Amino acid sequence: MSDLERPELVCPAGTPAALQSAVDAGADAVYLGFRDETNARNFPGLNFNRKELEAGIAYAHERGAKILVAINTFPRAGTPEIWHKAVDDAVTLGADALILADIGLIGYAARTHPQARLHLSVQAAASNPESIRFYAERFGVRRVVLPRVLTVQEIAALNPRIRPVETEVFVFGGLCVMAEGRCALSSYATGRSPNMNGVCSPAGHVRYVETAEGISSELGGFTINRFGRGEQAGYPTLCKGRFQAHGKTSYLFEEPTSLNTLAMLPDLIKAGVTAFKIEGRQRGRAYVGAVVRAFRAGVDAALAGKPMPEINLDDITEGGRQTTGAYERAWR
Amino acid sequence: MTLGPVLFNWSPEAWRDFHFRIADEADVDTVCLGEVVCSKRLPFLMPHFPDVIERLTKAGKEVVLSSLALIMTDRELEQARELAATEGLLVEANDVSVASLRAGRPFVVGPMVNVYNEGTLAAFEEMGASRVCLPAELPAPVIKILAEGTKAEIEVQAFGRLPLAISARCYAARARNLAKDSCQYVCNLDPDGMEVDTLDDEPFLAVNGTQTMSYHYLNLLFELTALRKAGVKRFRLWPQTVDMVAVAALFRAVANGAMDPAEASARLTGLCPDAEFANGYIRGREGHVFIDDDGDAPLFPGD
Repeated sequence: MSDLERPELVCPAGTPAALQSAVDAGADAVYLGFRDETNARNFPGLNFNRKELEAGIAYAHERGAKILVAINTFPRAGTPEIWHKAVDDAVTLGADALILADIGLIGYAARTHPQARLHLSVQAAASNPESIRFYAERFGVRRVVLPRVLTVQEIAALNPRIRPVETEVFVFGGLCVMAEGRCALSSYATGRSPNMNGVCSPAGHVRYVETAEGISSELGGFTINRFGRGEQAGYPTLCKGRFQAHGKTSYLFEEPTSLNTLAMLPDLIKAGVTAFKIEGRQRGRAYVGAVVRAFRAGVDAALAGKPMPEINLDDITEGGRQTTGAYERAWR
Repeated sequence: MTLGPVLFNWSPEAWRDFHFRIADEADVDTVCLGEVVCSKRLPFLMPHFPDVIERLTKAGKEVVLSSLALIMTDRELEQARELAATEGLLVEANDVSVASLRAGRPFVVGPMVNVYNEGTLAAFEEMGASRVCLPAELPAPVIKILAEGTKAEIEVQAFGRLPLAISARCYAARARNLAKDSCQYVCNLDPDGMEVDTLDDEPFLAVNGTQTMSYHYLNLLFELTALRKAGVKRFRLWPQTVDMVAVAALFRAVANGAMDPAEASARLTGLCPDAEFANGYIRGREGHVFIDDDGDAPLFPGD
């Protein structure tokens, strides 16, 4: 597969320690966000202040890795300043690219920093060539993180039609089952949403309630799942809960599961994908290190035309379950 | 008043007859037509479009053609291209691609497109957007800022189950152990959406094929007057299988100041006795709650 382009491995960092871990494990690029609601992983104790970003950029650049700054929530009317400041600071501090979702903010970045490299966040849900062309032609967006709705075949058909725009796809980690950036389930239950607050199913609205049968996990007062005694109670992410419909109880939207496409990497490379993204800015350095090492080995093996390494990632996937998600048509 | 597109999979005849009655009897200014949720449903509705458009237009209603929300396949994009090329009728873009295809000519930005701030609104206005129906989760103060800073007409969703999410996966099919490709169109069994309860039997959400909606019915009767003062020009009523002619009359009466909101809300309960109402988003709260005490959660805090 030597005629194939070497895809970039884009890895998450919620802390400076995770950033170092990702770079040391072979990340080509690390993505991260500021410690506020400008990014879609606005969790307590996570993310970077300006000083930490500066140090992180230095660490990465010394080792040939890039830093991508995610500013991918949707600014509320009346308060654009913190989003604008985030864009300005990321550019000034030397970020290699900005990952943006909001059209207004992308316009600001393109006008104010015409030299900056702009990536379209998965939160923009650009799911077809026309949407991608819109962002590329109007704002000079260079890369699109594809929403997790397309099959590998659809991605392969898409890439030649949008070149020179690059695509980046998720290869591992937590997965949204709804089109990202187009989901208000979290705010419906809790008042806090990914788009406006950078949080989904936020911890402050979670309760674990002891009942006669075991433990119920609640989000915003709604029971999301129930666990028997001795069973590990999972986190109540809304779309991974058990619900009843027509008298049947099921994981209606999705099981508690993680995306794992390790075995699929050769197909994704053949599909012309430029970058592989690992989800998990909320994860610790050990998780980041283990996943990055696995996918570094996977990408290198795929490029060398060798069989995919058998790496067991069960221990670090949600509920020990794995899926290839929307990449296979049967998932729909 | 705008009647939104029917989001559910109604039988083509029911869909046609519903719109005939709206044309003949409903006091709405605008009616949106189109398949927003699933492209597999559209071929069944297509034969009825000309008659429905003619009946509505003759009755003096403005007709808007609404696009699909999630456009993935070539066939869907081709349909969007044809829709965007429509002459003589407004087009509603429920995906950025449709706005892009329609740029340079007037269009409506639908509520499934993310318009949260002035910059995004200005970008769409520059492309030709003459009207913008805002996303459900925006609170009143944000809506006010947007309405004050634009020439485009601002529309706000005011009645019916709220569209909350869209997916490539079909949950109506999944709930019945069917694949999407062989779904047997089971979404037509739930003309107001498939109710989703928690394990404690608490009603929570509703599923409409690939779309996830609120269980609760939005009811902004108590907020209409204040939102109008804040510059909101239009209110969107989402079709449900209730007497939408009567629902539209109530919203019109309150908007005109001819009926007290409490009186209208009581009558609305009579029209949809099984529905629970919600207005939380507009008051900056959880979407599912209903607040009728302005002191508890003011619509415009600080005003």
